[in-house]
Amino acid sequence: MSEMTKYTVSASPHVRSAETTTGIMLDVIIALIPAGIASIFVFGPRALAVIAVSVIVAVLAEFLSRKVMKRDQTIGDLSAVVTGLLLAYNLPSNIPLWMAGLGSIIAIVVVKQMFGGIGQNFVNPALAGRIILMSSFPGKMSAASFSGANVMGWDVQGATGATPMGLISLSDGVADTAPSLMEMFLGTTSGCLGEVSALALILGGLYLIIRKVISPIIPVVYIGVVAIFMAIAFKFDMYAVAYEILGGGLMIGAIFMATDYTTSPITKNGKIIYAVGCALITCLIRLFGSLPEGVSFSIIIMNILVPHIENLTFPKPFGYVKEKKEKEEAKS
Amino acid sequence: MASEKIEGALKPVANGHGGVHVSHHKNTSALEIVRMPIPDRVILPMQQHIGAPCEPTVKVGDEVKVGQVIGDTDKFVSAPIHATVSGKVTAVGPVKLANGNMVPAVTIESDGLMTLDENIKAPEINSREDFLKAVRASGLVGLGGAGFPTHVKLAFKEDSGVDTLIINAAECEPFITVDHRECVDNSWDVLSGVYTIKEILGFKHVYIAIEDNKSDAFKVLQKVASDNADWDDSVKLVVLKSQYPQGAEKVLIQSVTGRCVPPGKLPSDVGCVVMNVASVAFLGRYLKTGKPLVSRSLTVDGSAIAEPKNIRVPIGTEISKIVEFCGGFKTEPYKVISGGPMMGMAIADINVPLLKNNNAVLAFAKDTVKVKTERACIRCGRCVEACPMCLVPTKIETRAHLKDAEALQKANAMTCMECGSCAFACPSGRPLVQYMRLAKTIIREAGAK
Repeated sequence: MSEMTKYTVSASPHVRSAETTTGIMLDVIIALIPAGIASIFVFGPRALAVIAVSVIVAVLAEFLSRKVMKRDQTIGDLSAVVTGLLLAYNLPSNIPLWMAGLGSIIAIVVVKQMFGGIGQNFVNPALAGRIILMSSFPGKMSAASFSGANVMGWDVQGATGATPMGLISLSDGVADTAPSLMEMFLGTTSGCLGEVSALALILGGLYLIIRKVISPIIPVVYIGVVAIFMAIAFKFDMYAVAYEILGGGLMIGAIFMATDYTTSPITKNGKIIYAVGCALITCLIRLFGSLPEGVSFSIIIMNILVPHIENLTFPKPFGYVKEKKEKEEAKS
Repeated sequence: MASEKIEGALKPVANGHGGVHVSHHKNTSALEIVRMPIPDRVILPMQQHIGAPCEPTVKVGDEVKVGQVIGDTDKFVSAPIHATVSGKVTAVGPVKLANGNMVPAVTIESDGLMTLDENIKAPEINSREDFLKAVRASGLVGLGGAGFPTHVKLAFKEDSGVDTLIINAAECEPFITVDHRECVDNSWDVLSGVYTIKEILGFKHVYIAIEDNKSDAFKVLQKVASDNADWDDSVKLVVLKSQYPQGAEKVLIQSVTGRCVPPGKLPSDVGCVVMNVASVAFLGRYLKTGKPLVSRSLTVDGSAIAEPKNIRVPIGTEISKIVEFCGGFKTEPYKVISGGPMMGMAIADINVPLLKNNNAVLAFAKDTVKVKTERACIRCGRCVEACPMCLVPTKIETRAHLKDAEALQKANAMTCMECGSCAFACPSGRPLVQYMRLAKTIIREAGAK
């Protein structure tokens, strides 16, 4: 043989799609922007401060923990930014800023990095951060800390006091003092930063579905099953059903939290089971639990069940159904 | 010839498994196949097919003519090797192939005359057996890439329920256009091959499957068929949606007939035989002339090739000579691929011979090869969506890391056909096909114990 020329050798395929992890995370960030803008409109600059602190601390925590663990740096994939944003959206605007930072540290260091980093966390980091803050500082995380702002001339109904979810019960229906459905849809009410505006969240969700970042299965099934369950529970009082769907963290939970790749099933049937489970637990906590709101807990509980759901719904390989049919034919 | 347009199995409604959209890059689809000048020498490895290797039947110093048998075996699953140029045998011994294997080979120095072996004559066919014997003697193996001896594929029993012949002209791999050109340039050979095989082997249904991005190919085939009175409507032209991997055997069978080949089974188990269009066209010619498989067409393309071409070359020509004929490299290539970019093999050295089943040589400059940073799996499920075999590639990867043969078998890793859709779709750039191969090796080794 003549002179040897060496070229790069690697396993097929030799072409790759344009999608990257960073691109996907960027899409999620873009989808979260409307809800962020809505929160700043409703709660004022304080909301921006909470968002900024959560995101910056989350990225810093990711950077430092990778450094300490002597692992490859992963802040470039932008997943820490997404976690920081989602955590901020789950906090009230009056929360002390150090608490928002602490939540980010818990989410990134304890829940995400200690379990191996991106793709390895067994529950949604932002939700785990929120729940730990909620149980550690109930006073700062509960109703007393919620406030609305009077921005742009809107009179915010639930300015202080109960969140909309505290104003509805099975026995009494929706209280008279509750904000109107339009206010709930636009988000000019009280609650956590990102959860208030259903409109902004739906816009973000549509963007994610159009960009094929998420499949519509989880949000549609989750919200659909909650609607059906609530319709039955409230004896088809559609006002109460609409109130349940627009209120609280259902929208942000179903669109952004339950669809987290790492903590939701990758199989199609698994996604359906998971979304139904999230919906049922949400309804049970809302109607019969002592907490007014159950979205975060229901998603966390279903997160833990994901490996089992996946095992149960492991897809049959191509051609498997046919084989089964043949056996039946042989029997008959 | 009747034709029908169908979406095929990769349409999401079929089973939710959509394959992937790969840019076609069919740059050479308008370039007619040109003959390359006779090379100075050819290297003919004794194994260019799946099955038993051949034994050389010539020795150093022998004079050989085009079409003369130079390697054969009495094993059934094998195909003889013929001299592809006339000249003198200069070496018999091991050579390195593109995949790095050392295989015994016969090297022939060409005399430039291409003298045809005088014993070559059109085979006389009176029965199935005659036909299968003739196919074996032609040395034909699947020209689409797999290299499975065609006579073995066609040797099903008459009463075995095999009733459908599918001619695979889908050509879903990017860049490659030889099958497309075969349909356009040699449409007569294709159709005569199809109708002859149908008649001899008694297929009830015959389909020619083409992806919808090759509209001129099916127009030409339809016109040629309608101009010839002997060719009736019994062969159907099926136009499939262009999507990778539409041309994969199992996918194609489901797209065309709706039948599903169960895991571990063969197309014949569901009554189907799939043949590549170039193989059929070769048979069409062979049955007329008796000239065995001594040359083949291939696409030479890619960003590093100066003059992309579709060419016909003697088998055994060195790939470096083929590149030279296509103007050489215009920039230093980063990667050279034998076959298509989805399933082809990256080769380290181009001083290796072209085999019967190589349908393309592609070379890419560094700035045109997309290298995705390999990151951790984020469980996005794109591989699951892309897999045409309904597997969960990411789970197979984790189980391959654990070397758990039993769990891998349960995950149906053996069903994987390495089409590359999962790795193509992966946003984290994971080399999933490599893990699939590892998984299969782990299962095989565990079974061997």
